[in-house]
Amino acid sequence: MRPGTRYALRSVASGLGTLLFVVIFNFFLFRMLPGDPIGLYTRGRNVPPEQIEALRAELDRPLVEQFLGYLANPFSSTINSARFNQPVWTLIGERVGATLLLVGTAIVLASIVGTWLGIRSAWQRGQRFDNVSTGLTLTLYSMPEFWLGMILLIVFGVGVGFLPGMFPIGGIITPGVDPSSLAGILDIAWHMVLPVTTLTAVYLAEYALVMRASLLDEMGQDYLVVARAKGLMDKVVRRRHAVPNAMLPTITLIFMNLGFVISGAITVETVFSWPGLGLLSYDALRGPDIALLQAIFLLFSIGVILANVAADLVYAVLDPRVRA
Amino acid sequence: MSAPALMAQAVEVHFPGERGRTARAVDAVTLSVLPGQVVALVGESGCGKSTLARVLLGLQPTSGGEVLVGGQPLPTSRAGLKAYRRRAQLILQDPMGSLNPRQTVYEAVAEGVRIHRIGDEERRVAEALARVGLRPPERFFARYPHELSGGQRQRVVIAGALVLEPEILVADEPVSSLDASVRGEILALLLRLRAELGLTLLVVTHDLGLAWNIADRIAVMYLGRIIEEGPTEQVLADPQHPYTRALLSVVPEVARLEPIVLAGEPPDPASVPPGCRFHPRCPLLAAGLPDEVATRCRTVALPVLPAQAGHRAACHALDPTMGP
Repeated sequence: MRPGTRYALRSVASGLGTLLFVVIFNFFLFRMLPGDPIGLYTRGRNVPPEQIEALRAELDRPLVEQFLGYLANPFSSTINSARFNQPVWTLIGERVGATLLLVGTAIVLASIVGTWLGIRSAWQRGQRFDNVSTGLTLTLYSMPEFWLGMILLIVFGVGVGFLPGMFPIGGIITPGVDPSSLAGILDIAWHMVLPVTTLTAVYLAEYALVMRASLLDEMGQDYLVVARAKGLMDKVVRRRHAVPNAMLPTITLIFMNLGFVISGAITVETVFSWPGLGLLSYDALRGPDIALLQAIFLLFSIGVILANVAADLVYAVLDPRVRA
Repeated sequence: MSAPALMAQAVEVHFPGERGRTARAVDAVTLSVLPGQVVALVGESGCGKSTLARVLLGLQPTSGGEVLVGGQPLPTSRAGLKAYRRRAQLILQDPMGSLNPRQTVYEAVAEGVRIHRIGDEERRVAEALARVGLRPPERFFARYPHELSGGQRQRVVIAGALVLEPEILVADEPVSSLDASVRGEILALLLRLRAELGLTLLVVTHDLGLAWNIADRIAVMYLGRIIEEGPTEQVLADPQHPYTRALLSVVPEVARLEPIVLAGEPPDPASVPPGCRFHPRCPLLAAGLPDEVATRCRTVALPVLPAQAGHRAACHALDPTMGP
């Protein structure tokens, strides 16, 4: 077997192992949550006692029996959300698009802008661009995303003083607009401005700082001097040797963060009432809606595991040293 | 006598330090290497020898003085410098660091050919690899640096320099990161290349033993200045300067001297002592010199030694009439 193949199989196998652990852990985690979900959802509603009993009976079944049922098919379409009274995977299916759109856009923007900032900062280390950029990204990095979101929402959504509210304060689309029409697409884009800005601002710091650090590290390498001595111009040395090699950690980071595209941004979606998986998790957690939480967590974990395996594989393609 | 292949004339390199303290890394150095000659530039770390090597390759701007290549000033234009870099190549201490870890051996060696658009790439790469003893060359084309031994890596680095058919090779500690058994092989390789190709070689090293093995002439550098220079046998058999004697006394191959351990602080290029720069650590001065000489040591600066002029050393104790 070639070392590359062996490496790939090893990362996939370790991903599968993690997945198995998550599937099992996921079940027991939510069974340990305190609270009475049935009481919560039936409170104030006229629910016949027999129906409450039936719901309770489901949760009161022996744990092992429930576990085996869950293990047989964790993605079964018959698992119902107590809160929404719909199959959990149907609920998730309806919401996943909004989150992918929001977080996906933010990650793409953040990785491009962040990497660019990091490269320029490293080239001009200690100069004004670097000082401003590093200061700004550190500030953004340490900011809670929901707090930044609320500030943006108040300033640009609601309006402050003479500044009128320019952007919608929540939701993904104005009710009544057809999302498949051009007006609908523009409307969605308009709704995306504030939440995407929030997420991009918070995410890009990580890329900028990692890129800067790894490029600075790379710039001290002897092979850059050797390349210069062979007659390569400084600019080309950086572009051809230093940046591609320094990109490795950043690329890994991007791929790992892709896992969070699905889990998205619970707090930011909540702040902007964005109808995605983040808001759904927030609602499910308030219950707690055990079946829904369980499904959402399973999905999030799968996302992270897949992204990690992808990061491993991409790294091996890019860096020959890893394959050995 | 033909014009020196490479010559530094009163070269100065100053680095701005903290709080306005300027570090004089290279302080009026005159040194020349004749065509086909091997000159060893010897000194402890931080004495400015590596900086001087980079100046000679046009990799480090000077603060004063002049570099002559074959009697002509070192070009300053981009095109002129690029053309010069084809004629003079650099070999560094750490072969792992000198090679881009993501490039194969072929790519590493071919880089110079591509930069200078020489053409006939594959034949030249194969020839260069064969010349440094990596045979059959095709077997090494697709290998990565991490798959090679230290000695093989340094051979690849040397092949990358040779592929441009340079006249001058500047080797900065070419063997000090290699195992003792491999060091001999690489040194023998360098000497063979000099014999076969008529290479001019400047070897920068902290190791007088190495200089002994390879060099025609030795220049000893201390705190940015050359303090003794002459034919290898003369310098090693009859060292004049107390610093050279101290260095030589701790070379294992020269067991005939009592080890001289230098007292005092390690030299700092940001505060070069007045008078003779070696006087704070000089064992002769510490042992007691006539008052008149001792005063000169502390106050009167020494002249810059001329290049290629027999065996000379800059020391007041040797010649009480020396002036700046």
